[in-house]
Amino acid sequence: MSAVRVLVGTRKGAFVLTADAKREQWDVRGPLFAGWEIYHLKGSPADPDRLYASQSSGWFGQVIQRSNDGGTTWEPAGNAFAYDGVPGTHQWYDGTPHPWAFVRVWHLEPSLRDPDVVYAGVEDAALFRSSDGGQTWAELSGLRGHSSGSAWQPGGGGMCLHTILLDPVDSDRIFVAISAAGAFRTDDGGVSWRPINRGLKSDGIPDPDAQVGHCVHRIAMHPARPDVLFMQKHWDVMRSDDAGESWRDIGGNLPTDFGFPIDVHAHEPDTIYVVPIKSDSEHFPLDGKLRVYRSRTGGTEWEALTNGLPQRNCYVNVLRDAMAVDRLDSCGIYFGTTGGQVYASADAGDTWAPIVRDLPAVLSVEVQTLQ
Amino acid sequence: MIRVVLPTHLRTLARLSGETLLDISEPATQRSVFDALEARYPVLRGTIRDRLTQQRRPFVRVFACERDLSHEGPDAALPPEVSSGAEPLLVVGAMAGG
Repeated sequence: MSAVRVLVGTRKGAFVLTADAKREQWDVRGPLFAGWEIYHLKGSPADPDRLYASQSSGWFGQVIQRSNDGGTTWEPAGNAFAYDGVPGTHQWYDGTPHPWAFVRVWHLEPSLRDPDVVYAGVEDAALFRSSDGGQTWAELSGLRGHSSGSAWQPGGGGMCLHTILLDPVDSDRIFVAISAAGAFRTDDGGVSWRPINRGLKSDGIPDPDAQVGHCVHRIAMHPARPDVLFMQKHWDVMRSDDAGESWRDIGGNLPTDFGFPIDVHAHEPDTIYVVPIKSDSEHFPLDGKLRVYRSRTGGTEWEALTNGLPQRNCYVNVLRDAMAVDRLDSCGIYFGTTGGQVYASADAGDTWAPIVRDLPAVLSVEVQTLQ
Repeated sequence: MIRVVLPTHLRTLARLSGETLLDISEPATQRSVFDALEARYPVLRGTIRDRLTQQRRPFVRVFACERDLSHEGPDAALPPEVSSGAEPLLVVGAMAGG
């Protein structure tokens, strides 16, 4: 019997939501790590009982937690994230040089093949790798050491590396995204990196189509087609058909192309989802209506999905890591809001219902499909 | 014995309750206390002091004997009442909402 396990990170702890394949009756467990910010939790594709969680606090710093039993029990792992060599500086908001300093782990991406290998995307932007289940971490410093590194600048949430996509075909290829530097790719397992931002245009930087400086919010990929990437940028929804070598705008008929998350249907590589947000200063849905938009054509043509979602007086946000899909035959879509709701659709977005309504602000949502 | 009182979140993290008793050789300092604390509870590494610089984290304060010791040097001797165990060393999360 299949089941799903939804891992929810919030401002004040983590929650684990489980249901059978019908996805109608949910068990809600939590808060785990109560009082701490849980930016992200994710399970290993190679061993679904192995979970990793980023636990952090403005008071007490960063902790990494690991579970070997699907989230029933947890043990602290390593939290020494030391930049390689002399960290140097990046740009601060005002354009002045600012020393690189570790703040927190935004995103944990377990290896597709080895449960002890996990990547961590951190603020200030860098990529770390552990090969011992999170006990020790080493920076893949070729990324931060790219010649453009000193020109990277923070977005509103800090200078975070928030997206890590592991190519399921080519194990040496990794995509990452940084706010506000842009997207980068390695083809040699993380030794060397290059920006992949051709086609992006951004206001707010001196050269709108510069090599770096773009506030990429999220990138998504379907595992069957890893050269096709979908991007939600600060403004603009973009698509690449050549592994990031070039990008084109697929915003089409979206009511606004600002937003944070983007994801791909588990079985239809050209069916994608976004949550349009009014603007970069008004982080809530247009007209108080919470609408997921779905494109079944790989972009450009979008339809609003509203059935079961609040269509009046709704002013929540949906953050970049707070949308995920399951892999059941009828693909489930999930997202969490800053108002503490976690919505689920068991029919690819046609209808929605809240699993829970009153959690702390949701930072991340991940889904495991269990057999 | 030196008595250390940790904030709730750190007690939970270290899975301990109440005060922590540490046997510290004289003269006891913040550095020697935190070194001993982290040796006994490795999970606390990085939570009170920065993992790399060993500087006190900005939102952590250190109080004892109704005094703020946060800005005493890490190698300054702790008050004799703390060294003798008559008074606890309080590690406190800065008073800030969140």
